[in-house]
Amino acid sequence: MAAVQSKGQQIWNRLAVLLALLVLVITMIPLYWIGSTAFKARADATTVPPTVFFKPQITAFIKLFTARVQFRGEIDKDAYAAAPWWEKLVLDGGERFIKDDKGYIENSGYAARFLNSLIIAVTSTFLAVAMGTVTAYGFSRFKMPGEADWLFFILSTRMLPPVVVAIPMFLMYRIVGLVDTHVGLIILYTAFNLSFSVWLMKGFMDEIPKEYEEAALVDGYTRMAAFFKIVLPQAVTGIAATAVFCFITAWNEYAFALMMTTRKAQTAPPYIPSQLGSGLTDWTTIAAGSLLFLVPVTIFTFLLRNHLLRGVTFGAIRK
Amino acid sequence: MAQSARPALARSGLSDLAIRNVFIIPSIVFLIVFNIFPLLYSLGFSFTEYRASMNAPANFVGLQNYRDLLSDEGIWNNFTITAKYVIISVCGQVIVGFGMALLLNRKIPGKGLLTTLMMLPMMMSMAVVGLFWQLLYSPSWGIVNYVLHTEGMVWLSDPDVALVAIAITDIWMWSPFVMLLCLAGLSAIPSSLYEAAAIDRASRWFVFSRITLPLVAPLLLIAIIFRTMEAFKTFDIAFVMASMDETELVAIKLYKMAFQEWQTGRSCALAYIVLLAVLAITNIYIKYLNKLKER
Repeated sequence: MAAVQSKGQQIWNRLAVLLALLVLVITMIPLYWIGSTAFKARADATTVPPTVFFKPQITAFIKLFTARVQFRGEIDKDAYAAAPWWEKLVLDGGERFIKDDKGYIENSGYAARFLNSLIIAVTSTFLAVAMGTVTAYGFSRFKMPGEADWLFFILSTRMLPPVVVAIPMFLMYRIVGLVDTHVGLIILYTAFNLSFSVWLMKGFMDEIPKEYEEAALVDGYTRMAAFFKIVLPQAVTGIAATAVFCFITAWNEYAFALMMTTRKAQTAPPYIPSQLGSGLTDWTTIAAGSLLFLVPVTIFTFLLRNHLLRGVTFGAIRK
Repeated sequence: MAQSARPALARSGLSDLAIRNVFIIPSIVFLIVFNIFPLLYSLGFSFTEYRASMNAPANFVGLQNYRDLLSDEGIWNNFTITAKYVIISVCGQVIVGFGMALLLNRKIPGKGLLTTLMMLPMMMSMAVVGLFWQLLYSPSWGIVNYVLHTEGMVWLSDPDVALVAIAITDIWMWSPFVMLLCLAGLSAIPSSLYEAAAIDRASRWFVFSRITLPLVAPLLLIAIIFRTMEAFKTFDIAFVMASMDETELVAIKLYKMAFQEWQTGRSCALAYIVLLAVLAITNIYIKYLNKLKER
């Protein structure tokens, strides 16, 4: 761009910035809506016109983790007075907790699904990145007959629609008893992310100068030792970026989880929509569940911001 | 350098060849076992009449499943719907994404934060996004109707609009992806080209069509191919948002056939038809990706 801008260009520039901000605001509205609905009272979530300003409350989050039932008629005044503040919030909404014989409040399924998501995403990410890193090193440093074909083969396994892979996997898992197990989903997600991790890590490995290891080899290191002591420390940034991408993919995955799990190993993505149910939907609770689920991804997106382009192009474009 | 390294390697016992194999082969074996073998397994089933919900063994019927599917108008309809969805959503993403890239391709304070915020939607779970857009699209209290003054419009249960409504959600999610790639392309254009054009008093349109567009084209193409492939595979978002015949994409049809109607044999055949289509697009995609890498 020219150093001295004409007046017309300046106006043009300002206009562009304004337009860009407008698009940003439009983009952010749905996200704001998820966030704000989670803190609304149930009655405020579905009003005409939509409620924009309201007194935030955390009732939805209490409801998210507990099993509740609606009651009819009056509540027992003494029981209401004896209830802690967070129980009162739920009672005020016309619902009471479901309690077991010993008087403990029963859980909703959310916490367990969240934990399942966490276990499965973390384990599969670790496996995919560990295997992907060494494989990428192999492809980066050594000659392999038909290397391009192997890399194509590796990436193409990621491109398949999940349903296509899920049908035979379901039949096989049924035989070996892996349907609705953590191990079953971990294997699927590892396979899914491995191809991505190999491609992305190969780009990072290619950037580490060969001379580093060669110098180490001259110093008497073995190839293995050179890999662990010289190459890996250099690749830490790349490994971290790859891991975050793999984690996000596994964390968000819906189709495999829908088809391969029913209850025990079910993750959050198929669980949250299933709460929509019939009849009157409690959008505040759904929003609270969605919001908690989106928090890790949001944090990671900010940590990743410098590697986003690279990640979404499978490492082909570097900044 | 490499030659002087040889004796050290000989001492270590593990040759480069052995290390290469130890590093590469496990991953390839893993992918073959958990990706390729299942596909061969389902290839077998695609030639049979088999229901996974029953105990009856698979019954070999040759190419019958494929013949049935290709002559089934319902399936063709699913493919037509998918094509429509792909065209609407990819076109929308290219227009919005490329437009945003053009707007943002200048010095703006806080540009980094701005782009990162724009990226948020595409990092999110499509199932959760689809779920939440249902509230936004709600006919009575949704903010979409409120903002657009289209009171009572039933976006997701109107057969004529539902597919477009889903595509709009997809456009919201993925335009930033196109934007990101286009921005990378735009920022790589040497400013000397623009300066030369300014000296020649070239028109805005001339500069755009002769400098900007051709130089962004390779990255834009990558974005288009990738989004086409992804849109073709769409399952989550459409499955969560609506359930009627007019929004039944191929992936959803496949899911229903396999896991609700339990026509296992037939669904395997359909899966193979989809697979071939996806592999064809993937092939083009990777070819361009490699070309880009070589630049």
